[in-house]
Amino acid sequence: MREISADIITKAVETLCLQAAYDLGADVEKLIREALAKEESAFGIRILENIVNNIEIARREEMPICQDTGLAAMFIEIGQDLHIKDGFITDAINQGVRQGYEKGYLRKSVLADPLFSRKNTGDNTPAMIHYDIVPGDGLHIAILPKGGGSEGVSALKMLRPADGVEGVKKFVMDTILEAGGKPCPPIIVGIGIGGSMDKVAFLAKKALTREAGTHHSDPRYASLEQTLLKEINKTGIGPNGLGGRNTALAVHIEDYPTHMACLPVAVNVNCHAARYKEINL
Amino acid sequence: MDQVAIKKLNTPLTQEDVLSLRAGDIVSLSGTIYTGRDAAHKRLVNTLKKGDPMPIDLTGQLIYYAGPCPAKPGHPIGSVGPTTSARMDPYTPLLLEYGLRGMIGKGPRAKQVVEAMKQYGAVYFAAVGGAGALIAECVKSAEIVLYEDLGPEAIYKLGIEDLVCVVAIDTYGNNQYEIGKSEYSIHDEEDSE
Repeated sequence: MREISADIITKAVETLCLQAAYDLGADVEKLIREALAKEESAFGIRILENIVNNIEIARREEMPICQDTGLAAMFIEIGQDLHIKDGFITDAINQGVRQGYEKGYLRKSVLADPLFSRKNTGDNTPAMIHYDIVPGDGLHIAILPKGGGSEGVSALKMLRPADGVEGVKKFVMDTILEAGGKPCPPIIVGIGIGGSMDKVAFLAKKALTREAGTHHSDPRYASLEQTLLKEINKTGIGPNGLGGRNTALAVHIEDYPTHMACLPVAVNVNCHAARYKEINL
Repeated sequence: MDQVAIKKLNTPLTQEDVLSLRAGDIVSLSGTIYTGRDAAHKRLVNTLKKGDPMPIDLTGQLIYYAGPCPAKPGHPIGSVGPTTSARMDPYTPLLLEYGLRGMIGKGPRAKQVVEAMKQYGAVYFAAVGGAGALIAECVKSAEIVLYEDLGPEAIYKLGIEDLVCVVAIDTYGNNQYEIGKSEYSIHDEEDSE
């Protein structure tokens, strides 16, 4: 059986935290530059130019792209034949987050208690960790540092099966219109459809880990992604909400089997600073 | 792109500055501003509600809705872009009544905030959301002046140079979020496809 030391996981997570904060993925940057080329509004052009400058400064100076370096959403795929030695994997991941956020001068945004004390934990832990057991003996670690502004306009609804495709579209559009300029558009929209109430929220977040601008493998969902992207860009919300043609860069849908009585839908909004890094260990 | 005149203004702003600004104006701000976000707003407004003296004088000042990253050695501050202003909406009318002259943030505001801005003579600026590294270059000095225990939510006094913002909502209630959206929204009946 293959073995891996917890220390290696900690080090990898630390590195991923820094890379994600400073270096926006080429897929997202490409979509932002395409949006700039297409934008018609003077404010929209100015904002997108600033966003492109900001990406370049962040990479060159090793500064966080956005001061909201987020909750560390972690996606872990562990091969069932892999053995982790010298420590507990969750502790190893949190230690990596702790080290990364401290060494990288990243903002610590996590509060220990959500309702009463709301006191900062001081080290950006705990991470929000999703584990998945997969065949083999590999270990895939991904981080999606998620900003609070865009998380705060995200929404979930348990639709009736009778609501169908039109109901899904309406809920997505209502959510995007309500969000308006709050989440730093142009946004990336992660949509979960199916599963249960908890599963659908996960699917919406998981959709944000997909390479930006790629489509669902099922042509029906791919077509719905394209339709929604077009509709969202007709709202006129535009870059930063000040008016323009580019409100969203991409729409990603993830689906899952569901109960015959249910049609769960979740919309997880991500800002244009859609940060994501991954590694195979 | 077309040349847009940028109005250079020193902060704190005068009442005349506020009256002269219109939604859609682009301004470059230099001078002193104060950061403040959720937790600091809660404390400030609790102080006002209790009728206690304010721990710092914010009359006539601008609050920048921001929680910065820690400063790297040799820098005054880390990345420091605006946070979503709407979360401060429940607190803002009371701060405007107290004498705050304006806010810098991102995204639209609630109706009651716009009404209070009209009533008390205040302006709301939008900084570029998600451009924290770029905006950090405008910050020349930073000092925590209140609520240090709140970490990134502490109130910082910032010395800024040429922080470029858009007047998003002016003191007359003109709202660039509404103007811009209506100018670029496409309704199906006019969709040529």
